[in-house]
Parts: sequence; C-alpha cells; structure tokens
Amino acid sequence: MEQKVLKEREQQCVQEQPPGCTAACPVHVDVRGMVAAIQKEDYKAGVQLLYKMVPFPRIISRICDQPCQQACKRQEIDESIAVNELEKSCVDNSNELILNITPMPPKDKTIAIIGAGLSGLTAAVELGKKGYHVVIFEAKKLVGGSIRNIPEHQLPRQNIADDFAILKRIPLEINLHVIVNNHKDARTSLDHISATFDAVYLATGCIETNPHDWGLALDVGGGIAIHPVTLATSVPNIFAGGSLYLGPDHKSPITSISHGKIAANSIDRFLQNASLTASREKEGAFTSLLYTNIAGVEPQRRVRSADPNKGYTTEEAVKEAKRCLLCECLECVKVCEYLAHFHAYPKRYVREVYNNSSIVMGVHHANKMINACNLCGLCEQVCPGNLNMGEICQEARRIMVKKGKMPPRVHDFALRDMQFSTSEKFAFSRHQPGFASSSTVFFPGCQLSASSPEHVKSMYQFLCKKITDGVGLMLGCCGVPADWAGQENLFKETSKAIEDNWRKLGSPRVITGCPTCYSVFKREWPSMDVESIWTVLDKIGLPDQGEEPLAPLKLVVHDACTTRHEAALQQSIRKILHTLGHQVEELENSNEFTECCGYGGLMLFANKEIAHKMIKKRSQQSENDFLTYCAMCRDNFASQGKQSYHLLDLIFPTRQQDVAGKKGPGYSERQENRARLKRTLQKEVWGELADKEQCNVTLIISENVRQTLEELMILDSDIIAVISQAEHTGNKFKNMENNSYIASFKPASVTYWVEYSPQEDGFLVHNAYSHRLEIKGS
Amino acid sequence: MDKQVQNIIICNTCDIPLALGKVTLAYLGNEFPVELYKCPQCGLVYIPEELAKGKMDQVEKALEDK
Repeated sequence: MEQKVLKEREQQCVQEQPPGCTAACPVHVDVRGMVAAIQKEDYKAGVQLLYKMVPFPRIISRICDQPCQQACKRQEIDESIAVNELEKSCVDNSNELILNITPMPPKDKTIAIIGAGLSGLTAAVELGKKGYHVVIFEAKKLVGGSIRNIPEHQLPRQNIADDFAILKRIPLEINLHVIVNNHKDARTSLDHISATFDAVYLATGCIETNPHDWGLALDVGGGIAIHPVTLATSVPNIFAGGSLYLGPDHKSPITSISHGKIAANSIDRFLQNASLTASREKEGAFTSLLYTNIAGVEPQRRVRSADPNKGYTTEEAVKEAKRCLLCECLECVKVCEYLAHFHAYPKRYVREVYNNSSIVMGVHHANKMINACNLCGLCEQVCPGNLNMGEICQEARRIMVKKGKMPPRVHDFALRDMQFSTSEKFAFSRHQPGFASSSTVFFPGCQLSASSPEHVKSMYQFLCKKITDGVGLMLGCCGVPADWAGQENLFKETSKAIEDNWRKLGSPRVITGCPTCYSVFKREWPSMDVESIWTVLDKIGLPDQGEEPLAPLKLVVHDACTTRHEAALQQSIRKILHTLGHQVEELENSNEFTECCGYGGLMLFANKEIAHKMIKKRSQQSENDFLTYCAMCRDNFASQGKQSYHLLDLIFPTRQQDVAGKKGPGYSERQENRARLKRTLQKEVWGELADKEQCNVTLIISENVRQTLEELMILDSDIIAVISQAEHTGNKFKNMENNSYIASFKPASVTYWVEYSPQEDGFLVHNAYSHRLEIKGS
Repeated sequence: MDKQVQNIIICNTCDIPLALGKVTLAYLGNEFPVELYKCPQCGLVYIPEELAKGKMDQVEKALEDK
C-alpha cells in the first residue's frame, strides 16, 4: 500500500472526525469529552477540556452563544444538548481551575493588541504564551470590553476577575485609557503603532468609528477588508477580528475568542515568514463528516433546571449529560465481531496494516489481525465512506505471501485440503454419459461434495433429467481458499485448470452448487454463462417431493456472505422455500447486510476464537432454525449447536433423524466423502472402473481422540502415513508403561506424532500431535 | 517428566532407554541447538507432547511473526 492510498483509505473511515458540536464550535471544545466526564460526575476533567480551548472558561460558561447547538445530532431526534448549561455546571462544581502555562523563551518581537475585549485578550494570552512581548492598548479604564455591559446575574463579576487572573501570569503590558485610531484626534495612531511594533491585532469591538479612520483598505460593504481565514488586512503586519469584523448584529463571544486565536496564529506565522494560508481548513467552525446512527434512539426532552437562575443541580447536569449520544460512527464495528475483537476501528487498522508491511526487522504485530478477517464485505456495506477492510486485508495477505512473511500455520491446512480437491482424488470432468457434448455443466464445489455428497449425486441426476441436451459434471475446487489466503499464483493455477477443463467440455453454461464458487466464477470469467443452482431450480422447477414431503418448517434464512450483492439469487431461495411450503422469517441483517458464518476468508483456520464468536452472535439472532444454502454456513452453525438446514436437505429429504442438528463431517471425513463421491459417480453413472481405495491400514479412533484430531487438524491420512512409516522402518519408540508405540513422520512441512497400539483388526490410536520445528539431526 | 521419559520410553530398534543429547531444531531459516531425549545409539529423537504443544509451539509462533 502506498502512502497516498493509505491516506485515501484512512479518510474513508470517519470515526476520528470530531462530533458535529466540536466542529461547529469555532474553538473546537471537546464537548463529547466534557459531557462524558459529567456523566461520570468528573467536573474537574470536564472543565479542563473547556480550559484547554478557551482561556476564559468562567466567562464563556455564562455567555457562550453556542453555535454547537445547531450541529447537535440530538436535534434531529428532540432537542440539542444544553452545552452551555453543562459548561456552567463544570465550572461551578470544580473547586480548582488552574491552567498550566509553560511560557516559551522570550522572543525579540513585540506585538500590539488594540482593544482588550475577549478577542484581543485571547490573542494577547496566546501570543504571550509563545514568548512574544505583548503590549495591550485599551480605551476604557478596565479590560474586558463589552462583557462589562452584561448584567451581574448573567455574568458575575467574580467570574471575570477569576478568569482575568491569567493576565497576571503571562508577561503582558496593559495600557488603559489609550484611544487608538488614525483620526487626527487620536493620541496614538495606528500608523505609528504599525511602524513601531512587529505586528498588530486590531480588536476594538463595535465602537462607533468610521472605518475610513483606520487608514486600511475597505471591502465593498464599507467595512475594513479582512481576510476571512487569516484575518489579515491590507497592511501586512496588521490583523483584525472580533466584533469589529463580525459587526453589531453578529456578535458572538465564542467567535471573538476564536478570532483571537486565529489572529495569534497568523501573527506567529507572519513573524516566522511562514505561509499565512497553508493548512488552516480546520481553524474556526467547519462541518464534520462524522456519521452517527440515530436509529432507535428514544426522544427525551432537555432537562430543565428547577431554578433557572441557579442553573443545573449536579443531578440535573448528569441527567442532561446522559442525553448526549457521545457521537461516533463505529457502524462496521457494531456489526462485525472481527473488527470489534481488536478494540479499534478501520482507520487505525488501515494504519496498522500499512505499518506491518513496512517492517523489515521485528515483530509483525498486525499479522493476526490481517489474517483473521473473513473478507465478507459487510463493513463496506454499512460504512458511510464505503471502506472495505476485507480488500485491505486480502491485499496485505498477498504482499505477505510474496515477501515470504505469511506465517505458514495460518492457511497451510486449508490449502492442503484445497489441493486434495484439485488432485486426482476428487477432480473429475465428463460429459453426461451418452452425450458427445454438454450444453451445461454442473460444478457442485468441494465443500458441498464434502458435506452432502448424496445431495450432489441427486442434484446431478435431477439436472440430467430436466436438461435434455447434455449436462456435464466437473468436480473440483474453485480455488477460493488460495484467493483468500493471498496465494495469487496458486489461485491462478487453479483457475487455469478449471478454465481448461471447461473449454474441453466445449465452454458450456455452468451451474454452481456453492454460492462461493458462483461468486468466484462470475468474477474470474465475466464472459462465462454461469448460474447458481438456486436460480436454475427456481426456473426449471423442483424435484418431486415424493409421497411423504417434509412437514412445513418455520425457518430464518441466513444468506451466504458471498451472495451479498446477488439479489436475484437470494430471491430464488425465498421462492423455493415458499414453493416447498415452509414459513420464512428474515434475520435483521440479511440480503446485502448478511453476516458471515465465520468460514469466509479462512477465518476459522486463522482465528477460531473470533470465528466462534461470529457463529454465536449470528445464531442468537433468532430462535428459529436456520436455513442456509452454503455447506460451510450449515456445518459451521451446526458445529456450535445451532439447528441449521441446507436448502438441499429440504429439496432431497431423507429419512434421517435430526438433519438440522447433525454436526457436519470432520476434516478427514470431508476428504473421504469427496473421494467416495467421485468413485461412486464414476462407477454408477459412467460405468468406469474407479481407482480403488489404496489404504490398507485400518484405524480405530475413539470419540475423544477424534475430537483432538479435529482440533489439531490432523487427518487420518496423516496418521496412516506415520504408522505405515514406523511399521515399515521400525523407527519408533516404545512406551513401556502401556506398551504402545510412539512414532513420527514429516510428509511435508508438519511433523506428526502418533501414539498407537497394533490390534488384530487395525491400529488403535491413543493420541496424536504435531509441530513445525524441524528436527535437523544431532 | 524427564525421569518418566528415561524410565518408560525406549527406542524400539535399539531396545535401550533414551538419554539427553544435542539436537538442532530449525524453522523458517533459523536454527537452534537444544538438548532433547534421543536414542544414544541410533540418534532417533523423541519429542514429547508437552514440548510440541508448549515451548515448540511458542517458538514457532514467535518466528512466524518475525
């Protein structure tokens, strides 16, 4: 991922955008943080957040004009949060209110501030902290400007006095009773000050002065021409803002303070010969891109204080604070156990993925996160910026594979299982017997063949009956495990083999039995005529249900995540269920918002813990039995105790009991099922002499040991290889305690150990384990 | 555990108990000398389950994330 792409992707995630209130506040008070502190009754923390942005919190807590209100999300539901009332609570309930000031070393530049209102004083404080020599000129006998006109009950004079104490902690020179302008009566002229000082901030408020008198260029309206972003005037070292700029009709205490800060920044830049305009988009009020979902939020009226003159009691403040939605996005994290598992959100994850791929020496901490994603695409679906973490993770996996940095254990088993399915043991391709060509070919896929080989056989026979101009059969794997694992070359190789076989059959129309195969075929071969078995059945009709059709069931449909954008396919599923007479209910997140069963992206192999969380979460969304149409979805849900049917279980009902509760076959059985399906079809449909099962070793495996083997992903074939090797060479250990043998064998990258005892009718397996460290010798 | 191995595991071919000896383990281009139980005569190395599932697993994971 290049830096530029990283930045673009980071921008797609809006979680770190400020809430609307903070963005609309010209000085960007962290309202969310402050309100969250009040929720916890931590007024001190709340007021510190106010103080961080506003040099005069006691004053602003009484008189703020609250532009934040207009941007409050709560407004869309009922009423905005009473931010200023809450600020007042913070101030009134904090005994200590101290701002730590660390003035910077003195600079040799002097700055004149003309007008000691909120704007001028803010600029003075900001510049004084930076070490500039600041001289204030105020026409009146007191600093404060127009706030002195506000009645005591609205703004207690003690608040002013306490806030202005800061002016004594910063080296400022304050000159009172000094009237400045360029009028001939003026004792001190602006021209003179401008020439004497390095920079000037003109913040005289709404005094009745003819703008002409300042000797500055005017705008079309007759006021002083002031740059809206930098507050620069026509004279390079003079800046102007506050009510002087806003005018008497648009006075805003918080904007005046903001102007003071902006002017201080401009003066600092001006004196350092830095650009006045660069990167200032986020100064002053702006519109946040943060998205916050308000669906389901109950209306709740703003808390009114019992005594409006006194403001909120602490109970009232907490109650009002709890109305705040503490706006954030997290739309994707809310719906995805994987994204929630790593305790952050995509903006952070994208950066972690980028950093991970940049590491030359050291630990790749994000490997686990990159490999755990199920690549299901739900995040993109719910994200206001359409960010897809799956694409990012898959790309990262490809890079890891290319660089040789993919931890071998993550996908090794799944890839070997895939290789089994693409090998002669399962792969198979034929025209229908009696036909020299195929109009259609059925590609059931490796997992459906592993989970329900009998259904594959029935479906093939049904298709042959219904489609009269030749239905070929292709057994194999679509290669998606390689694609998910980031193994580009292996995926290409697999795709090539499929394409070759398909062309050999005369490039017929393809009907897939598995929704994932369908998505892969559609993506890889846009010109291929490919259809899912479900839309086909919807058109050609269902097999005869026989004399004893299944009793109607009440089912919820779990859509496969690989069909997220296949509305027609999903519709067919519902229609088929309706035709079969079953009652269908929908999960809250279905169709394009469906969730993954935990198998996608090889999540189950990379991170079983998260996969199980996913299965559990999804299973709990309905008490009804699930109806799936992907073999892995069915088996995954059933593995964790969720009653689940595959649609084929209903189309080809058997007399088997508890079809929905039955656990799917284990890893070894899955491979055996595929191999047996091929042999059976070869023999029964094509009358070919199938390869015989080559194994002459019989294993005796208890339920407990079987479970261990499943957990460790050790196949019967691995165990047979170990025992055969040990029995053939004699290289084994004897456990004198129980007279069993212990032997090992390393067929490829993994060394398998088996503890076993020969029996009359085979080998009793006591235990097995494996490791990847290689024993190189002594 | 160690004593158990010495007392109960014997090399099937040589019919003698195992003894600790030097072995090199390798993974992803890294090699480390370790002491493991092996047959003093034919050198066949024994890896107990606890070692495979414990320390060896940890080392493998650490190396895989390097």
